[in-house]
Amino acid sequence: MNIQFPLLSEIIFAPLLGVLLLVLVDRDNRPLQRWIALITTSVTLILTLFLYAGFQGDSAAMQFVERHVWHAGVGIEYLLGVDGISLLLVVLTALLGPICVLACWTDIEQHLKEFLICLLLLETAMLGVFCALDLFLFYVFWEVMLIPMALLILIWGNPRRRVYAAVKFFIYTMAGSVFMLVGILVLYFHQVEATGVYSFSLLQMQQLALPGRLQIWLFLAFAVAFAIKVPMFPFHTWLPDAHTEAPTVGSVILAGVLLKMGTYGFLRFNLPLFPEASATFTPLMVTLALIGIIYGAFMCLVQTDLKRLIAFSSVSHLGFVMLGIFAMNRQGLQGSVLQMVNHGLSTGALFLLVGMLYERRHTRMIADFGGLSKPLPVFATCFMIATLASIGLPGLNGFVGEFLILLGAFKARPLWAVLGASGVILAAWYMLWMFQRVMFGPVTRSENAGLRDLNRRELGLLVPVLALIVWIGVYPTPLLHKMETSVAALVTRIEAGGAVVRREPPGSRLADNHWTSTTKETRFH
Amino acid sequence: MDGLQYLLDCTGILPILILFATGILILLLDAFAPRGRKGRLAALALAGVLLAMIGWWRPLPVERELFGGMLFADSFGFFFDGLFLVTAALIILFSAGTLDRDRIDLGEYYALLLFSVTGMMLMARAANLIMLFLGLEELSIAIYILVGMPRHERKANEACLKYFLLGAFSSGFFLYGMTFIYGASGSLSLAAMAAAFGRGDLLHNPYLLLGTALLLVGFSFKIALVPFHMWTPDVYEGAPTPITAYMAVAVKAAVFAALARVFWMALPSLQPQWTNLFWVLAVLTMTVGNVAALVQTNIKRMLAYSSIAHAGYILVAVVAGSAQGLTGMLVYLAAYTFMNVGAFGVVILVQERLGVGEDIDDCRGLGFTSPALGAAMAVFLFSLAGIPPTAGFVAKFFVFLAAIEASFTWLVILAVVNSAVAVYYYLRVVIVMYSRAESPTSLADRFGLGRIPSAALGALIVALWATLQIGILPQSLWELARHSVSALL
Repeated sequence: MNIQFPLLSEIIFAPLLGVLLLVLVDRDNRPLQRWIALITTSVTLILTLFLYAGFQGDSAAMQFVERHVWHAGVGIEYLLGVDGISLLLVVLTALLGPICVLACWTDIEQHLKEFLICLLLLETAMLGVFCALDLFLFYVFWEVMLIPMALLILIWGNPRRRVYAAVKFFIYTMAGSVFMLVGILVLYFHQVEATGVYSFSLLQMQQLALPGRLQIWLFLAFAVAFAIKVPMFPFHTWLPDAHTEAPTVGSVILAGVLLKMGTYGFLRFNLPLFPEASATFTPLMVTLALIGIIYGAFMCLVQTDLKRLIAFSSVSHLGFVMLGIFAMNRQGLQGSVLQMVNHGLSTGALFLLVGMLYERRHTRMIADFGGLSKPLPVFATCFMIATLASIGLPGLNGFVGEFLILLGAFKARPLWAVLGASGVILAAWYMLWMFQRVMFGPVTRSENAGLRDLNRRELGLLVPVLALIVWIGVYPTPLLHKMETSVAALVTRIEAGGAVVRREPPGSRLADNHWTSTTKETRFH
Repeated sequence: MDGLQYLLDCTGILPILILFATGILILLLDAFAPRGRKGRLAALALAGVLLAMIGWWRPLPVERELFGGMLFADSFGFFFDGLFLVTAALIILFSAGTLDRDRIDLGEYYALLLFSVTGMMLMARAANLIMLFLGLEELSIAIYILVGMPRHERKANEACLKYFLLGAFSSGFFLYGMTFIYGASGSLSLAAMAAAFGRGDLLHNPYLLLGTALLLVGFSFKIALVPFHMWTPDVYEGAPTPITAYMAVAVKAAVFAALARVFWMALPSLQPQWTNLFWVLAVLTMTVGNVAALVQTNIKRMLAYSSIAHAGYILVAVVAGSAQGLTGMLVYLAAYTFMNVGAFGVVILVQERLGVGEDIDDCRGLGFTSPALGAAMAVFLFSLAGIPPTAGFVAKFFVFLAAIEASFTWLVILAVVNSAVAVYYYLRVVIVMYSRAESPTSLADRFGLGRIPSAALGALIVALWATLQIGILPQSLWELARHSVSALL
């Protein structure tokens, strides 16, 4: 299906339009600032719903493709498109937009204008990452994303350790992604040698058959960037700090979208571009994923801070996603894509709820709570649904994703599924134990007795998320249908890539050693 | 040479003549301008630069040699002329307000600035080592004096003396190298040298190798490549801040231009040898510059070490040695000029308005009290750190592209690791700008900067616009650079 107007560009740059409007608004006119942010994010969401409706689930091709020459000299293009894998993540990102604006409606008092500008810039960058099909464009969005996120932590974070957390987050992710930049450049020159076409297009690069050794190095270069972002064990140490120190909205976006960029990167780049190396590294990646699942879960058990607990539960859940990806079969991959959305919804909801609690009590320590279900019945119900979704209770979204992932893992290697499943049990332990300590029992602190329950705004922003949690849990078929063909195509690609006879592209040997300056002259024009 | 030819050649150096004449005019008028009213001379200097820009602009430069093969009028020189003129204009705009603070109420300031620009232009266009040396000296002597202009400041005195003594040494090295090369090839013209060395029998002549090495020492000193960088932090710290900015961008650009001319036009047959030298220098310069910048608390010293590190990245382009590498070098120099002048410009404004600002901590809270200025500074710093969508990223991208094309992947890996390290010290300034204590501790946090003088504001807008323009749509700059380097190859 080919739509005439550039829907993806509109989606990506709609929040940027909001930034321009915000710049013009008077600093003290806070209500107007809030409404501008809410309207732009809502418009973005509505546009993505058109995208969702117009997307053909039975085609594996990139859809809504936009292609413009950006830098002709070296073949950089403004190339956008979505397939079944990125579609759901685009919708998830856009969905969290208005929810985040609503969530910070009364929370953020200082420098509201700058806050909303950062938020909208971040949304543009995140949407760009999921839509970009040109590696240069992808890298630009990938790096741009760092700045507003770091500023969110730095300026509006928890005063105690926000500088430490922001710097750690920034340097950690930056250090990973520069290796990806080198990888992109090497890949580019390999593709130029092999085909003679100057292009950073992912679609072009997917047609390459890369030699095995090169695949290994490139896989590592990309994997470092993505593994830090996921974050996989042992690259996860920035995450608890960033999550804990970030303002509520920052945590929601970190958990909801940013972490998915790592797993998305594996799906979009590592698996299709380097299938052989992916197969080689599967044992390592799966081992790290399993360690992440179990280690993350055990870390949750000892946390005293609610936000830190949820942060470590993300390490565990993202371990599941990685397990599903490296099961490399249809169930595993489908489960992974779905679980990315699920984790965004359920963990996003948990962070929102903890944020609401923090707004009331200005503490997040589990020990400061207890018996909250009495003064806060509606809050407790919402918290319960999000908690159960996070555990993976049948009938809620987490179950579908984890089930598919474990199914895929079982098909690949039964032991993986057994170890992975232990993570589900541990999740039930730490989440329910936390829930019990916070919600049940007598009200131990007098401050907690008088808390007011959720107001209409808070309920209004939670209900859509909780409704989606239930809906995906009961009836995931439409979502699975949207991604089915793309995932099947990816599986076919991986299997074919593993079986294909290694073939050196013509002339690559020669070119490695001596590219004379005369040939270089003709190369860039 | 007949008179007509001479006149025709003079049109080829029209910008140089205009700048020189303006400089002389300023010196004359300075005698009559009353004390405290020297700001008008700044306007005159700016008018001279703008006039020179009009004289500079041609749709397509004609490639030719002037004055019997002493100077080139080619697209490479054209590119650098433009870069120097823009830099000079920005520096004059930023200087206009600060000179009172440094008690430099002297017309010579602007005259010397213009003379140094003519020196740079001669360097970038030199077709003969003698011209190159003349340009280098004209540039250097003007800068020695400019550095020492705040006569009452001990730091400036120290900086001036240090720069002068070491600079004189490096000029000596350069001249010594020239004599060896002359001895080996029998000529100082770049073309004649290339022809002599192209024959091959001279390639292992020890005098040639020694001469080349000595030339490189001279260049390295002026660019502040490690291990010839020792003077940089002290001189950059002591000099008036606009001059620091000027030295960090324009002087480096001029010497890189001359270096490219000499090594590509006169010594291409030695390329395997000098590539090895350059990668050693690149690794040292990047690493030492970045590591030393990490621990600085004085913002001028921090930017001094950062400029050392940037010279290292530019050397990566030189190592690549291809047309693509030279293009990357030109793009990098242009991008670096705008982002670095912009960053220094904010430092200048902070110093000018608040009287402090040498220390990074003096910027505390600036992002809130002067949001536009803080945001601009953040853009410049992120650009220096090489984060898209800014000029700094595009420049690094093209340089790394060229180096990987030339199979220097390992060098690029070192360079990207370096740029990841560098993020820390740029980010630190951003953090300071966007954090404030419970009670304001810095002047910036208490008062903000208030109204920014329109001259500096104009310069800031130009720098910001260029930083983003190059970052988002680099095509036209890249094509210009691409076209310019064709003159060398």
